[in-house]
Amino acid sequence: MPHTEEDVKAMLERIGVATIDDLYCDVPQEVIYKEEYDIPSAMSEIELRRHFAELGNKNKPLTIFAGGGAYDHYSPSVIAHLLSRSEFYTAYTPYQPEISQGTLQYIFEYQSMISELTGMEATNASMYDGATAAAEVMFMMVASAKKKNCVLVSSTISERVLNVVKTYAKFHGVVVKEVPEKDGVTDLEALAKMLEEGDVAGVIVPTPNKYGIVEDFTNLADTIHSAKGYLAIYADPSSLAVLRTPAEWGADVACGDGQTLGMPLAFGGPYLGFISCSKGMLRKMPGRIVGATKDADGKRAYVLTLQAREQHIRREKATSNICSNQSLMALYATIYLSLLGKEGLKEVNVLACDGAHYLFNKLIASGKFTPAFDKPFLKEFVVKTDLDMEKVNAKLLENGIMGGLCLGNGMVEFAVTEKRTKEEIDTLVNLMLEA
Amino acid sequence: MKTYDKIIFELSRPGRKGYALPADKFDTDGLSAIPADLMRKEAPELPEVSELEVVRHYTNLSSKNFGVDTGFYPLGSCTMKYNPKINEEVAALPQFNNLHPLQNADTAQGALELYWNLQRMLSNIAGLAEFTLNPYAGAHGELTGLMVMRQYHMSRGDNKRTKVIVPNSAHGTNPASAMVAGLEVVEVKSKPNGSIDVEDLKPLLDDTVAGIMMTNPNTLGMFETEILEIAKLVHEAGGLLYYDGANLNPLLGKVRPGDMGFDIMHINLHKTFSTPHGGGGPGSGPVGVAAHLVEFLPNPHVKKTEDGKFYVDFGKDSLGSVSTFFGNFGVMMKAYAYILTLGKENIRNVGPLATLNANYIKESLKDDYLLPIEGVCKHEFVFDGLKDKSTGVTTLNVAKRLLDYGFHAPTIYFPLLFHESMMIEPTETESKETLDDFIEVMHKVAKEARETPEEVINAPLTTIVRKLDETTAAKNPILDYRALKEAAK
Repeated sequence: MPHTEEDVKAMLERIGVATIDDLYCDVPQEVIYKEEYDIPSAMSEIELRRHFAELGNKNKPLTIFAGGGAYDHYSPSVIAHLLSRSEFYTAYTPYQPEISQGTLQYIFEYQSMISELTGMEATNASMYDGATAAAEVMFMMVASAKKKNCVLVSSTISERVLNVVKTYAKFHGVVVKEVPEKDGVTDLEALAKMLEEGDVAGVIVPTPNKYGIVEDFTNLADTIHSAKGYLAIYADPSSLAVLRTPAEWGADVACGDGQTLGMPLAFGGPYLGFISCSKGMLRKMPGRIVGATKDADGKRAYVLTLQAREQHIRREKATSNICSNQSLMALYATIYLSLLGKEGLKEVNVLACDGAHYLFNKLIASGKFTPAFDKPFLKEFVVKTDLDMEKVNAKLLENGIMGGLCLGNGMVEFAVTEKRTKEEIDTLVNLMLEA
Repeated sequence: MKTYDKIIFELSRPGRKGYALPADKFDTDGLSAIPADLMRKEAPELPEVSELEVVRHYTNLSSKNFGVDTGFYPLGSCTMKYNPKINEEVAALPQFNNLHPLQNADTAQGALELYWNLQRMLSNIAGLAEFTLNPYAGAHGELTGLMVMRQYHMSRGDNKRTKVIVPNSAHGTNPASAMVAGLEVVEVKSKPNGSIDVEDLKPLLDDTVAGIMMTNPNTLGMFETEILEIAKLVHEAGGLLYYDGANLNPLLGKVRPGDMGFDIMHINLHKTFSTPHGGGGPGSGPVGVAAHLVEFLPNPHVKKTEDGKFYVDFGKDSLGSVSTFFGNFGVMMKAYAYILTLGKENIRNVGPLATLNANYIKESLKDDYLLPIEGVCKHEFVFDGLKDKSTGVTTLNVAKRLLDYGFHAPTIYFPLLFHESMMIEPTETESKETLDDFIEVMHKVAKEARETPEEVINAPLTTIVRKLDETTAAKNPILDYRALKEAAK
């Protein structure tokens, strides 16, 4: 706050009042807060750094073998450097395109890259996270299907995503029905029966699912489309470098969480959510969308487009209430995908998949673990054990390792990324067997 | 490099690399265990570029942007204050950045302590009982807050309360959030000075009303002087008051929303608490509630045991979850650092100095620009375009001309109460010299409008790109590189 006493005096004179308090003359006296705030005294940078260091030391750095929706992927050094350019991070939403071409172009590139990964025709500028993106996709399908108010969600989707979808549905008035699982995957026969009951606007299925299993959706799109419903696939965008795409499965919408595109774990955020869809659903898509155009001199340029869907124009008739996107995280994903590129993203998947299978094979070979499902997986998988996993995980923590997530009934879920070495995996297994 | 206009895909050459990963030492071929039917047919066409090309490309893009660090950003309702650099530094610390959201609470006590401290500080600053930090943005906070409102009524079996009252001057997100939360919007009229018409409000208050959404000061920057009367009326009718925290900045250190009778509110950490807007996000929209609503806040929540340990709690009466994990933790760290830097002493100056700056600009420009409402404003105010309406120069023209002079434009054509709205919010971090420069340029533009209106109407003339064809962009959407290549054929 830069004002000197003279500045304040001169400014008050121009305004024609005696004190700054006079600028609050319209505020009832009884609501003016006169007590002291219950926050510490001002800290200098030295003190602030010390405080954060003290707090930071109360956190324990861990070698991570868990996923559950957040994965310890590698983040190239370049990204943090470029993201720290204040022309990017101190800008607002690009409402004035003439002085926001930087933001608008990287969003256009982000949309292009996500569309490459999903195979879909259009992608928006990003959502808050995967779970809220899935909730918005539910609304998209209900709005597109017209007069149908039920959305089927596979119970193999992450519980955290499902919880958010259900919360949004409860208040908005959409009926969410869970499709049962069978052998770790969506029970497609049960799904077909639920479609026959009618009123189904759409279906959301995940791949890889909450057990890390790559699901097989053969014929699913046809079944849903013949019941006049939409198919949405909740996908890990990193995995789409190698796995069959939502478009190849015949999906109408794809969504998911962008954290796997090298974003720091950061205790749960910021990440980003993405939504891609077919052209037919474009005008029901929530959020910002950037389009290419030309300026008055015919120069290539970018603008926010299709804004007639949005809250600032349509108010209560908008497709969503979302106003922002996770713009800087979209830049994160864009730079990540530029650096890794076509080959690198595949290599990330190969390394993670090989590491995961190496760990899986070792666990099974130990005789203490058995496969929970006989299904293909990429970087995350579930095994069963009689070991006291609480005890095992406590021991791992003492050794600076975050072990698998306990799913109940002796099921444990491990995740391996390209950052995990053979030695780390060997140590993990040895410690678990000793416990 | 103002002429640089390549797209990253255009730099791509087959086989070029911008990364290096460790060699694969695992004696397994994991992917071969996945059936071919479950694999994609062709690799995605992602760019193949070198590291230096990536660095230059995005550095060049950054130079086509205008941020708070570039210049004055008087964007009304957006609170574009300075983003302190120390906040960026501490938020990037690996001790926080590498934490897995599901790791054992014993190994994340520092993060949970910070989270809990911020919940407490915001509660104290807002005059409310408790905060959730889960919502990701302002609009997400509004939605969460309205869910709390509905959950409260439903918990009492009061299921007929399905309407929410929203002033016609409200931010567009208010009615949109109400729609998403399953509430029906009832509009209450504003008086000519922009404040809620209490006489129009009274007949709307029946037993179908869940509550009212307000921002105070309102979107014209005017304090709702009848707030205590409005609170009394709404509460007597069994409704709750929601405070849209987008306009909290002028009250920071001066007035607490809870003390005005509000039951629920959200705070935009990216406005009032100095975290960067990031070109549209990530933001953070914590939601605070009065004591009788605490149990309904979304899960998870961070709590503290009597012996000082922090833990993650899932309440059984909660409305549910609105986020995958804890919200945008990285943003919270910056807001926490901001509050600690201000301290209990300096926080008192934030609102008053923001208000001083706004009134200074308003009084300095009202001879050239039409001020529809006299009297002291708070952090922002609205002009209804140029005073001299004979020049043919519109608010849009003035906004674009400001870009030529190196300023960001104000918020334009909002609120909808006037035809030529121009909403100006300077924030407390701007010096008198900056404000004087802006005032001078605004006078200059007004003079140009009278003497050489063509120059203003054709603006901007000096920016990297000029006026854009937005109509064609919407009519034939080109939303990715493939479509752009196709269109070029």
